[in-house]
Amino acid sequence: MRRLFTNTSFDFIGVRKYAYLLTAAFFIPGLVLLLVRGLNYGIEFTGGTLIQIQTSAPVDVGTLRHALDAHGLSGAEIQSFGSDRDYAIRARLAGASATGGTEEGAGTVAAVQATLDSTVGAGKYAIVRHEAVGPKVGGELRQKAFLAILMSFGAILIYLAMRFEWRFGLAAIAATAHDVLGTIMFISLMRLEVSLVIVGGVLSVLGLSLNETVIIFDRVRENEKKRLKLELPALLNLSINETLPRTVLTHGTSLSTLATLAIFGGEVIRPFAIVMFFGVFTGIFSSMFIAPVALMYIRRRWPTHGGARTASMPAARPAPAAARQRPVAADRD
Amino acid sequence: MRTIRSRLITIAIMIALAIWSLIPRSTTVRVRDPVTGRMHDSTVRRVPINLGLDLQGGIHLALEVDQSKGPVADPKEAIGRAERVVRTRIDEFGVTEPVVQLVGGDRLIVELPGEKDPARAKGIIQRTAFLEFRITDMHNLFRDALPDIDKALRAAGVTAAGAATPNAVSQLFSADSAKQKGKVKKGPAAPDTSQNQPGALSSLLYQGGQPGEFLVPEEQVPAAESLLARPEVRRLLPRGIDLKWGTQVESRGARSYRALYAVEEKPIITGEELEKATARRDQMTNQSIVEFTLSRRGGRMFERETGRHVNDYMAIILDGRVQGQPPIIKSQIGQRGQIELGNKSLEEANDLALVLRAGALPAPLTIVEERTIGPSLGKDAIADGIKAGIAGVVLVVIIMVSYYRFAGVLAVLALVLYALYTLAGLSGFGFTLTLPGLAGFVLSIGIAVDANVLIFERIREELAAGKSVRLAIDQGFARAMNAIVDSNVCAILTALFLYQFGTGPVKGFAVTLILGVLASMITAIFVTRTFFMIWLQRRPTMQTLSI
Repeated sequence: MRRLFTNTSFDFIGVRKYAYLLTAAFFIPGLVLLLVRGLNYGIEFTGGTLIQIQTSAPVDVGTLRHALDAHGLSGAEIQSFGSDRDYAIRARLAGASATGGTEEGAGTVAAVQATLDSTVGAGKYAIVRHEAVGPKVGGELRQKAFLAILMSFGAILIYLAMRFEWRFGLAAIAATAHDVLGTIMFISLMRLEVSLVIVGGVLSVLGLSLNETVIIFDRVRENEKKRLKLELPALLNLSINETLPRTVLTHGTSLSTLATLAIFGGEVIRPFAIVMFFGVFTGIFSSMFIAPVALMYIRRRWPTHGGARTASMPAARPAPAAARQRPVAADRD
Repeated sequence: MRTIRSRLITIAIMIALAIWSLIPRSTTVRVRDPVTGRMHDSTVRRVPINLGLDLQGGIHLALEVDQSKGPVADPKEAIGRAERVVRTRIDEFGVTEPVVQLVGGDRLIVELPGEKDPARAKGIIQRTAFLEFRITDMHNLFRDALPDIDKALRAAGVTAAGAATPNAVSQLFSADSAKQKGKVKKGPAAPDTSQNQPGALSSLLYQGGQPGEFLVPEEQVPAAESLLARPEVRRLLPRGIDLKWGTQVESRGARSYRALYAVEEKPIITGEELEKATARRDQMTNQSIVEFTLSRRGGRMFERETGRHVNDYMAIILDGRVQGQPPIIKSQIGQRGQIELGNKSLEEANDLALVLRAGALPAPLTIVEERTIGPSLGKDAIADGIKAGIAGVVLVVIIMVSYYRFAGVLAVLALVLYALYTLAGLSGFGFTLTLPGLAGFVLSIGIAVDANVLIFERIREELAAGKSVRLAIDQGFARAMNAIVDSNVCAILTALFLYQFGTGPVKGFAVTLILGVLASMITAIFVTRTFFMIWLQRRPTMQTLSI
């Protein structure tokens, strides 16, 4: 039998001070960066025009930029899209126009085409993708994305309150909020463009981190019933350790598929895979350090009265307890 | 034994259903006739998975009522009119499966898979609608001209189907090859050019229920159109008579027909004179009624014209298409009139009222979002997705089998079924596969093993606690259940919010995620369990389990 991290007894709750430090080390500069630099919103959110071109011969970004500047498109961004023949040109809308339409975009396309005709040569490039978004749609979408994240928090809180109790739900939300915020900072740090797909990625990180927390809490709930004598910190530690092999394996597989997506998945999917890759790590971290510690503090602040701890069945299963209490080093085989 | 058998039967049925929903099948699509450039129904065989615009290329447009040049009184109603108009023009786009959809009550979405020219598409959508009322061919001028037309066609070498020269046949029906076989059989067996033979055009037309109404079998519409477009036919059309197709397809028995109307060339009134149109249901007679009001000038014109045409039929034509069956003019009508639809539903009356309003009040549209995706981009994306998927599956298989050995093999078998069920779900429920959806599918392969991992770890714990193999498997499955259900319900909850928030591509991601979670639960809880049961039954005395 091949084993990884079986029968471990790491003191997760004991080292929580270091976890705080780690969170602070990432969050303080991250928050400053987010406030100073903000997010690099894609045209879906700001409104504007995106033109993706494919040229028959390699083109230099500098040449393109220079040519676009000369044609009065100095605000446009040029980004290589995988190779030196694929480029994405983005022009965001400066201010919200009254109509909410995309008429300005038509001008951009014409200007880009004129530029490319003169620099690359007519017929030597193809516009493979063209998107134009009016400011109204962009504004709406930002609102909806925000709302979607908030509403899923609400729904999950209600579900967990029903299945566990509200203290678990609140602790899970704390951990998940940590991950969502952390992922947004990561996006800002990496200068990833916030597209619809990235928002989908953030929501998936939310789901993934929650999944991780729920697995651990499920074990806490179960252990609470059969180990009445254990104090909460020890109980939490035991539960995290017991679920550790599953964590390693499940995330081993999800990280490998994410890696293949990042490597082979193409330019549209790559940022999504990168965000999710980060999300897996922050999800594991928060489920092991934030969620249990949050649960501990919430329990301390609002103790349970005659709840699960006293009303459950007597300790009738001593055997597994004895089998698992041995302090064993990781990876014995 | 019995439970294993019933489980295996269930699995087999699910596999059969999944495969059945994925095999290529005949689907009716509207395609463009390369000869005439017109649209007609045809059948193609394909795997029934819908590809999103980002994977097959095309144009996506979101439109709203343009209020920049002055407020529009009722934007919701205006966008409804615009939708009705764009639907009437749907064939003009010349693409296979266009989507015209109202979203959120104030936005019109038009999706044109395969279309490359946004300017052309926008032109069709934003063109002002044109409504006119015309009297149908009451004196059967067109019907009487048919023998002459047939004769002229015969002189030009065109005879009824099957009897013409091979050249003419291929010219007429080349785009309709799927139906050609059936057609040839129906025609006269010998290529005889006798005078008694049915005429080329008249053999396609069946007299309808009113003067000037003809029915054309749906599959022969392109043939009829190409005949009607010929110069010798155009020349022989009676003066002052024009031909207009109807919008609806009528089914009579096994066949469906499209109506062709011979109408007067000059409209008795146009949409400009129309001021109001509303539908209601008459309580007394229980019929659906559309009431309309004309302008003062229009009222005078209409009074004069309807006075001359009592007991004639009046075709309502929007953008060159006859809407519904022409109603009869019962008496002289002035500024206010009503169209009685008999026992037709109120819905149909509402639709007619919408048509009238659409022709009366143009709804200016502005494009709020536009995406044009070239077809090559989508092909590359699919190729990338398949590459990533294969690489991901290989890694997952290596991890699972090297860690769990025998049980890992069972999990991989379950994973194959998982992939099959997810794809079948996409196809069976008619969801659309998008680029993010493809990524979601690849990602979910990695996540799908989670339920299996939870179960296997539990079984290991039970074995470590000294339980027998049989008991460990039973309790492993039972104890993992709570965690699997709770974590998957949470995942589905977030995916649902993602679905309601997202537009097309992201919706596709949410859908594959939801389907994936459901499929992974079914395969892990039910299929893997069955595998274990079979294994236990074969080796009832087994003391160890390779897990």
